[in-house]
Amino acid sequence: MNWFHPHLVARRAGVARLVIWAGLGLVLVAFFRAQVLSAGRYQLASEQNRLRAVPIPAPRGLIVDRNGEVLAENEPGYAVALIAATEDSLVALLTRIQPMLGLDPASFPDIRARYRRRPSEPVVVQHDVPFEAVSALEERRVLVPGLVIQTTPKRRYSFGSLAAHALGYVSEITEEELASGTVAGARPGTLVGRDGIERTYDDRLRGRDGVRFVEVDALGRTVRDQDVAPGLPPAPGATIRTSIDIALQRFVAETFPAGRRGAVVVLDPRTGELLTLFSAPAYDPNAFIGGIDPDVWQELRRSTEHPLINRTIQAAYPPASPWKLVVAAIALERGAVRLHDHMPSPCRGGLQYYSRYFRCWSVEGHGDVDLFDAIRFSCDVYFYQLGLRLGLETLLQEAGALGMHQAVGIDLPNERTSFFPPSTEYYNRRYGPRGWTPAVTLNLAIGQGENVQTPLNMAYFYALLASSTGRVPPPHLVDVPSGVPVRELRLTEALRADLRMALLAVVESGTAVASRVADLHIAGKTGTAQNPQGADHGWFVAFAPAEAPEVVVAAIVEFAEHGSSVAPMVTRIIARHLRGVEASDWGVPRLLVPDDSAPGSVPIIPGNPTGAGTRTR
Amino acid sequence: MLATSAALLAMGIAVLYSAGQTDVPTAAGHLWERQLTFLGVGAVLAFLVSRMSLRLLEWLTPAAYVLGLVLLLLTLIVGTGAGTAAGARSWLAIGGTRIGQPSELVKLAVVLMLARHLAGRRGPPTTLWQLVPAGLIVGVAFVLVGLQPDLGSALVFISVLFAMLFWAGVSPWLLLFLASPLLSLLFAFSTLSWGIWIAVLTAVLFWQRPYVLEGLTVWLTNVGMGIMALTLWNRLAPYQQNRVLSFLNPEVDPRATGWHIIQSKVAIGSGGLLGKGFTQGTQKRLAFLPEQATDFIYSVVGEEFGFLGVFLSLLLFGLLLGTMVNIARRSRDPFSSLVIFGIVGVFFTHVVENIAMTVGMMPITGIPLPFFSYGGSFLLTCCIALGIVLRVAQDAGRAGYGD
Repeated sequence: MNWFHPHLVARRAGVARLVIWAGLGLVLVAFFRAQVLSAGRYQLASEQNRLRAVPIPAPRGLIVDRNGEVLAENEPGYAVALIAATEDSLVALLTRIQPMLGLDPASFPDIRARYRRRPSEPVVVQHDVPFEAVSALEERRVLVPGLVIQTTPKRRYSFGSLAAHALGYVSEITEEELASGTVAGARPGTLVGRDGIERTYDDRLRGRDGVRFVEVDALGRTVRDQDVAPGLPPAPGATIRTSIDIALQRFVAETFPAGRRGAVVVLDPRTGELLTLFSAPAYDPNAFIGGIDPDVWQELRRSTEHPLINRTIQAAYPPASPWKLVVAAIALERGAVRLHDHMPSPCRGGLQYYSRYFRCWSVEGHGDVDLFDAIRFSCDVYFYQLGLRLGLETLLQEAGALGMHQAVGIDLPNERTSFFPPSTEYYNRRYGPRGWTPAVTLNLAIGQGENVQTPLNMAYFYALLASSTGRVPPPHLVDVPSGVPVRELRLTEALRADLRMALLAVVESGTAVASRVADLHIAGKTGTAQNPQGADHGWFVAFAPAEAPEVVVAAIVEFAEHGSSVAPMVTRIIARHLRGVEASDWGVPRLLVPDDSAPGSVPIIPGNPTGAGTRTR
Repeated sequence: MLATSAALLAMGIAVLYSAGQTDVPTAAGHLWERQLTFLGVGAVLAFLVSRMSLRLLEWLTPAAYVLGLVLLLLTLIVGTGAGTAAGARSWLAIGGTRIGQPSELVKLAVVLMLARHLAGRRGPPTTLWQLVPAGLIVGVAFVLVGLQPDLGSALVFISVLFAMLFWAGVSPWLLLFLASPLLSLLFAFSTLSWGIWIAVLTAVLFWQRPYVLEGLTVWLTNVGMGIMALTLWNRLAPYQQNRVLSFLNPEVDPRATGWHIIQSKVAIGSGGLLGKGFTQGTQKRLAFLPEQATDFIYSVVGEEFGFLGVFLSLLLFGLLLGTMVNIARRSRDPFSSLVIFGIVGVFFTHVVENIAMTVGMMPITGIPLPFFSYGGSFLLTCCIALGIVLRVAQDAGRAGYGD
């Protein structure tokens, strides 16, 4: 038997061919599935392998003042970053560049932690590197494989600390914020507004990041970064135009007594626009750029001067004598008094009310005065009686209607709510239903007692008084805040004009006569807030011209008891604003102590009488 | 046949050149030039072999076989692990210079030896006992290569054994019995499949009625293999286990063991119908594709030439293998015929195993693709094999047989 008979072999060859073609055909089917049927999926995967999206940071929007002066801008900043294959090589690179950059070895653990989170991306080693250091590094690039110099727009505040409290500051987004996704479109390194306008208008300022693509290899190293794939250009943030007049702000800062604490609000009563929001002491927001030095931060936080606090909206003071206009306005509106009405008891330096004696600031007394003169000379005795005539309930209710226990609703974060008792319930809760007497009314009538107001809230009230309609939009820096009630002083124009004339008399021939400015009709009210912690705070709230006011200024200088010049400072600010620069060149302002120091609150509360702003004497 | 091989070789060199064109510095940059040198040597060898009588070759066969085994032994003792897989000692080196991978040449030696043994018989083996010598010839080489360990090449021996036994006319049932222990091993992955397999095997044994002792041996071996499967699995090197596991599910560990398969499939799939263009494959350029000059060179074909290129290259391989089967059929000399078919078996296994691996159809075994993969030993082996085939084709033509 020939087992290699051609017939048998041909049969086997047929089987063999079948197996060969079937095997190759099967493989071909697999390729068909991958290359034709699933080609799209694999092409996508291949592109994802190849392309890495690199965000192009959108330039943050500018902040400009009302005249277009740039308050916050961007300048090119350099950040040094490293790409390392392993953590060990990262550490080796760090130790190599440490002397060149003057890196703090204490920051290494943090850098390593960030590297572990995203090992394939460049890890930023230092922000805000000076140009000289960058070029020095660039020359030694060979020594530092994986060196990446990132150009990131850096925030710069042209005027430093000048408008710090209004502008706020920015800082890089935190890991927690990134994880929680609260900031839309954020990526590591996004700048987020932390305070002031930067925070309120963060969304508009931030813009939308663009993206470009680079080609990377399997280890994530960039191979080609030009014309790889079409990207998306960044949409720069919007320019925010504020109502601040930076020249006026600078004048305020220069006029404000050096080394003092306090606040000045300059407001246009016709529109509610804030021209100046000044708080002393201030801080330099540029210090926050590229991560604030922890020591500087601790100092800012711990300082007893509280430079981070915006005293115009985050500090509240007993309103003192300027408050008398609130009482006067309520009484006039209610018809409880007319401008030339007298009170039953003339002022002889004080008022006996049941068992207690309430003093007037003037020991010799003002005699028998009407409301006009009571405002002009700030007579406490007159207002004690006016308060009693109105009654506590009415006073609380009407002052509340004027917004005196609310926040203004300014377009800045963290505004403090001013405090005024909402109703007699407050006293019942605090002292018990029988623990207090209507004598609290006397303290409240002269701006003492349980009453603290922010400078902005006081400025808002005086703006209502100054405006021709009695209605003023909420004070704001950029936009009229939406959803915030517009306050209204329901007083006829004639009565408001009467009060304006009384306030004009304060400066022309009353308690602030020393701060008169020739040819300028300034109306205002001085005040001295009793401060249980130390020297008294000096107030001056004013507007001008008295006939058709264009500007309202509220100023408070803390511990101004000695050597301060609140009223002259304010009248100078007004003159500077209404008359322009040449009028402001006056030399050293005369120092003047406001002379209507309110008497201390009479303790009408049994037991511990330390209400806000009261003190025993 | 010369035309198809030449086309494949040209394509292979071109793709190898492309494999060296990357954006990332790679060792594969100038391999194609060295491969050309090897090809020159190989062409000379092929010519010399084609001038050599098959009788002379038959006479030389035992010596070549023994030499091959000695080289394998040497490799096991002094071999270096400079190959692809860690821990494998497949290279023979003298004084630090690698001279080659003997396992490739041994494949040819085994084909020759097996052909000599089978051709010397009066008829095809009909019982398992008669298969023992053939099994030993292949088994020794299989064990020696498997110990390197080079599982891929070892598997080539198994498929060569079955191919040649089939060509020698061994009954399919006998081949099934021979293969049954291996199949038992595969089916032992699940108890159910293994149970069904044992039941089927028992039925076939009763139906075919081999000698009782043989039947019992086959049955017991199968049961034994099933029991041993777990132990064997545990004795595999971890990288071998990983290869099998990641073949079954590449996503288990996409960064490490699954990386090869995933990136290779992405390369092939993203090639689409027409490919990304010669030297333009991004997966290759950016080093996502591993071993792009050796084991995964076919992924470059798929990425740059697309489905069209794959279809053409597979067609060429099919034509080449078909021609070789034809030559084996026309040869009237059993030895020549068996040698050619053994070579067909070697080529076919390499082609299917390598290409199917790149597309994720088969587990990763580091065996090269004929005419494409960089590697001197294997290219020379292929050239010698082609020389033998040429000679046999001439002999068959001169004898006046055939069509």
